[in-house]
Amino acid sequence: MAKIIKDHEVIEVRFPVSDSYIISLRSPVEIPAVLPGNFAEIQIENSSDVFLRRPFSILDVDYENRIISFLIKIIGKGTKKLGEIRRGDKVSLIYPLGNSFSLPEPGKRVLIVGGGSGIAPFVQLGRILKVNSNDVTFLIGGKSKKDILLTALFSEFGEVLSTTEDGSMGEKGFVTDHSVFKSENLPFDRIYSCGPDAMMKAVGRISKQNEIDCEVSLENMMACGFGACLCCITETVEGNKRVCKEGPVFNINYLKWEI
Amino acid sequence: MGDLRINISGLEFKNPVTTASGTFGNGEEFDDFFDLNLLGGMFVKGMTLEPREGNDYPRMAETASGMLNAVGLQNKGVDHFIDNIYPRIKHLDTHIIPNINGSTVEDYIEVAEKLNEIDSIPALELNISCPNVKAGGMLFGTSCPSAIAVTKAVREVYNKMLIVKLSPNVTDITEIAKGVEGAGADSVSLINTLLGIAVDAEKRKSVLSTVTGGLSGPAIKPVALRMVWQVYNAVKIPIFGIGGIMNATDAIEFMLAGASAIQVGTANFIDPQVSVKIINGIEDYLERHHFNSANELIGAMEG
Ligand SMILES: Cc1cc2nc3c(=O)[nH]c(=O)nc-3n(C[C@H](O)[C@H](O)[C@H](O)COP(=O)(O)OP(=O)(O)OC[C@H]3O[C@@H](n4cnc5c(N)ncnc54)[C@H](O)[C@@H]3O)c2cc1C
Ligand SMILES: Cc1cc2nc3c(=O)[nH]c(=O)nc-3n(C[C@H](O)[C@H](O)[C@H](O)COP(=O)(O)O)c2cc1C
Ligand code: FES
Repeated sequence: MAKIIKDHEVIEVRFPVSDSYIISLRSPVEIPAVLPGNFAEIQIENSSDVFLRRPFSILDVDYENRIISFLIKIIGKGTKKLGEIRRGDKVSLIYPLGNSFSLPEPGKRVLIVGGGSGIAPFVQLGRILKVNSNDVTFLIGGKSKKDILLTALFSEFGEVLSTTEDGSMGEKGFVTDHSVFKSENLPFDRIYSCGPDAMMKAVGRISKQNEIDCEVSLENMMACGFGACLCCITETVEGNKRVCKEGPVFNINYLKWEI
Repeated sequence: MGDLRINISGLEFKNPVTTASGTFGNGEEFDDFFDLNLLGGMFVKGMTLEPREGNDYPRMAETASGMLNAVGLQNKGVDHFIDNIYPRIKHLDTHIIPNINGSTVEDYIEVAEKLNEIDSIPALELNISCPNVKAGGMLFGTSCPSAIAVTKAVREVYNKMLIVKLSPNVTDITEIAKGVEGAGADSVSLINTLLGIAVDAEKRKSVLSTVTGGLSGPAIKPVALRMVWQVYNAVKIPIFGIGGIMNATDAIEFMLAGASAIQVGTANFIDPQVSVKIINGIEDYLERHHFNSANELIGAMEG
């Protein structure tokens, strides 16, 4: 899979809520095949305190119109600065990077658990799972109603459930408090999760207890994003592995998580 | 068109642009981005006798115009390099130079002996300046007697070009440079990273698992330039200049201060194609300033 490094033109920056935006960019060349779970390294220029590129999961790709998009949550200086960019500006992108989620056999039942901006990789995944005839349930968690994004999109691919900490949408509590986990035999053959570490670990614990295959997408700090610096490692049963290269998607049994 | 070739202690480099150890993987990660054959040389990731897992995560902290790393020489060992990695990259038409490390002088000797056997590897970089390991590493490079001892010991078993990589974390870098020159080094490369720390104010914690790490990037360039200039005036052996080189102008500044060639480090993370841009930029500079050869740049800075 050849990676590209190219200046992309900003087509649109849209804020569905005040602290998150969807940025769409046009590639000057044909977009290489992007798999669900792949990410891009985006350069945020003209900012003396944002020195390195920033990694973001690829939200969606429109191959025909050469448009790639990202869902970005403002958490610091780089994500804030990128949100201020204007239509027509150029941004350098490197992608597709990292591995991707593995697909279950057709017909298998899938639960996708996402929190915060960790839901970004699940648009592409949901679409593929639908084509693959999988029965998909999305469970999206957040602090309050405004954090539960993309539900309309997800509902095209499966049932959408949610939890909020303040109870303003869906069930009240954390994702792992949701009633979907209360049944004796969880009706899933595969669970995917991406979001805050604590959430992924809690989901991983439930998967392990119920002997359900579980893949998570890690968001470690990265310097390069393409395997050159060894800064982004996570501990696995085979020693330290690069999250940007051997990951970001890992089966929880491969990780040395104490769950 | 200016001649980009540079001769360093008898070894010809097709141009003065090489990539710094630990910032370029084994080259393969950059295959998609440019033709590696264009490089003057490639210093591959630091290796040790036995495999090492390196330090715990987090190993990286972004800083103003730079970054701190505490990777700690994660590598699969010299045998793995020789048996698995080198065969995959040896077809490249550029100098592949291993960067070697050890906890003891004996470790360095054993690694150097193994690499000495491989005809097509023309040189070694002796890393006595890694700030991120508990034993060995920078400890060798911050005291003159130990820098001399390890250089001498490796010199005895290694008969090709020996480059010694110097630490900036010393009071007087020229003392160490003169010491390793006397001990038989063919060249010195400088600088390795500057020891630093990063603090997370909100969490009241150090950012790196090891607390201390090595600072790299444009933040260290003025210090690196100063050290290259000092060493150029103190020794006769050629210098690889390293530290915060982001573009051709930076590279030329290092050559003017006395470097015969340069290594591109952290810049590779931000622009994996930066080395080619630097090569082209040097060529352009030679033309604009009517130089016939890149050699004319070396030490040409007026005081
Ligand atoms: C593979 C991958 C995919 C990602 N996908 C998305 C995505 O689709 N959408 C999205 O919004 N974000 C995503 N992220 C996270 C995103 O990269 C960070 O939010 C971003 O780099 C923060 O940059 P900043 O300059 O705004 O924050 P900074 O100003 O650099 O940091 C602000 C604070 O957040 C902390 N911080 C920053 N990055 C991380 C991190 N990775 N882990 C833990 N703490 C951190 C810093 O230590 C600091 O305290 C992804 C990360 C990875 C590795
Ligand atoms: C992530 C990282 C890993 C490094 N690993 C090594 C190494 O294994 N051996 C070594 O001699 N230097 C290592 N270095 C130091 C660089 O080779 C270089 O000397 C230093 O980064 C300064 O150059 P720069 O500012 O251009 O990056 C490393 C630097 C970084 C940023
Ligand atoms: S971020 Fe550089 S190796 Fe993963």
